[in-house]
Amino acid sequence: MSREEVLSKLQKIIRDVFDDEDIEVSEETVATDVDGWDSLAHITLIGTIEDEFDVKFAMKEVVNLKKVGNIIDLIMEQL
Amino acid sequence: MRELDYPFDSEWILKKKRKIKKELLADTTKSYIEKRIAILGGSTTSDIKDILELFLLNDGIKPTFYESEYNKYYEDGMFDNPALVDFDPEIIYIHTSNRNIYDWPEVTDNNEQISQKLENEINKFTSLWNHLFDKYHCSIIQNNFEMPFYRLLGNQDACMLQGKLNFINRLNEKLYEYARNHENFYIHDINYEAASYGLEKWADPSFWHLYKYAMCVPAIPYTAHGVYKIIKSILGKNKKVLALDLDNTLWGGVIGDDGPENIEIGQETAIGQTYSEFQRYIKEQKNIGALLTVISKNDDEVAKKGLARPDSILKEGDFVSFKANWEPKGKNLVDEANELSLLPESFVLIDDNPAERENVSQTISGVQTPDIGQVEQYIQRIDQAGYFEVTKLSADDTKRNEMYAANAKRIQAQTSYSDYGEYLKSLEMVAEIEPFNDMYMSRIAQLTNKSNQFNLTTKRYTQAEIQEISEDDSYITLYGKLEDKFGDNGVVSVVIGKELENTLHIDLWLMSCRVLKRDLEYAMMDKLIRICSKKGIKIIIGYYYPTAKNSMVKEFYSLFGFEKTDEDAEGNTTWVKQIPEECEKMNKYIEVKEVK
Repeated sequence: MSREEVLSKLQKIIRDVFDDEDIEVSEETVATDVDGWDSLAHITLIGTIEDEFDVKFAMKEVVNLKKVGNIIDLIMEQL
Repeated sequence: MRELDYPFDSEWILKKKRKIKKELLADTTKSYIEKRIAILGGSTTSDIKDILELFLLNDGIKPTFYESEYNKYYEDGMFDNPALVDFDPEIIYIHTSNRNIYDWPEVTDNNEQISQKLENEINKFTSLWNHLFDKYHCSIIQNNFEMPFYRLLGNQDACMLQGKLNFINRLNEKLYEYARNHENFYIHDINYEAASYGLEKWADPSFWHLYKYAMCVPAIPYTAHGVYKIIKSILGKNKKVLALDLDNTLWGGVIGDDGPENIEIGQETAIGQTYSEFQRYIKEQKNIGALLTVISKNDDEVAKKGLARPDSILKEGDFVSFKANWEPKGKNLVDEANELSLLPESFVLIDDNPAERENVSQTISGVQTPDIGQVEQYIQRIDQAGYFEVTKLSADDTKRNEMYAANAKRIQAQTSYSDYGEYLKSLEMVAEIEPFNDMYMSRIAQLTNKSNQFNLTTKRYTQAEIQEISEDDSYITLYGKLEDKFGDNGVVSVVIGKELENTLHIDLWLMSCRVLKRDLEYAMMDKLIRICSKKGIKIIIGYYYPTAKNSMVKEFYSLFGFEKTDEDAEGNTTWVKQIPEECEKMNKYIEVKEVK
């Protein structure tokens, strides 16, 4: 899977979790860009990403996530 | 919504929770019981609350929540808390876990020190519960403690007093003791949930350290489902009937093709044993009050030969209705519901055939038609769904099958009388019609929450509210208990009237459909009028508020000579009756017992 493909799948997941089909996501997107992406929604999102990509993030990886690009890095490492 | 029925996809629910909620609320045909639920958490409760809400909405319960700040369960519950007082909870759910145990035993502690620690922990909780009961008069749901995720003392952690596992087990036993001794206090067994889910995954410490969740997030739907089951059971929303298919459901094989001697049941084969175990489980369900019926595509005579086998644990007599024929199953189910005076939504259809399940769930709304999987999965699938979740074992529950069997006898008796009055006379009915008393408070509250058809206003009350009303002199309350020569029906009718300036307003009038057409309502009205006369009340005003289910009582008050004085656009009607000086009794067939 290429970075672009991962990003596009991520966008689909984010739209699903926040129940909003208009969300546009890029590598630079951060939580505050998305309505409702608070610390609690973050938990659901991480869980869903792990589930959909069949990956598992370590704690220290999760705490260091700053933007969508970081999530893609983590996923790419494990694919 | 199908996706919220057990077995559900927990990840999917977590991911789609916003969308699911929107969809549930978009269904405007659904009527809801509203409940105020306070969640006092010792860890993060946000997703637990969200997912619990979905399960409740799906079952016709609309919650509003109070959520304590993270780990403020004790302070919020124990100390002055105007926000919680203002919220006036009807149910308090205390979501604590072993992360909230403060003073664990040390290996250097002696037995007395450990006992002291145990006392300290349990006293903290006991005083919290006592205070909550005192202050809020509501139901309390309390998590027990789940097993710790590591065992310092290895296998001996379970038995040595210094072991955390031993400590937790002792603590839990104290919780259970409190539960056994206090009504309206219910244990939510997260310990079992954790074991069932897999403790290693459940207790993944990263969820605690990252988010302060006591369990891993994917387990949350299971724990929320556990709480949901308790709540709906308290509110009287348990299912009532298991309608069972026969071929490949209660035994292996097709009896019409294979013959009764060749179906798989009993101890000879692994498959036969599995069906036997399932039959035993169903029998146990009957013992806790589930009604059993058969709905099978078979010839009646052939089908009964299967249950007549000596190694069949279930016998024909275990079923309150037996329909083996070639009619569509949906029709049979509706017929059974009518026979038993129940709504189809009280039924759970247990059938191995997905096509039959689909057909019934498409044609009759509200019937549960779970995917029970393969025979070795049947028990777990049904058990985890919690259709008959026990929050109280009352004599009423264990006797329910007898009551319905007695009803079948009544129907038989009825056919031998051409005159209905003669039939009623033959029943030798005795009623007890009295103001609410302590013995029946929980049954009365339960009835107000689950009676839909013979219910004039469909007002729902908690037990605490019923208690308050019974102590308030401005209310007239009556319960009706009906017995006849076939058996005791228990408390089956409830009336609440509020007195205002010599006028009685009937806030609630309901009756269980178990006793339709027995004239109990006449005996209740006689008694109500007599009490009003004594109290100098001159006028009685009755109200009828239509719902999707209570059209049978639309003209109820006209039976008693009330006059309709008002009707609004929604069909809400008001009925007025002057109380005459001399009032003739309307009940002719029921002897009303005088209780001192």
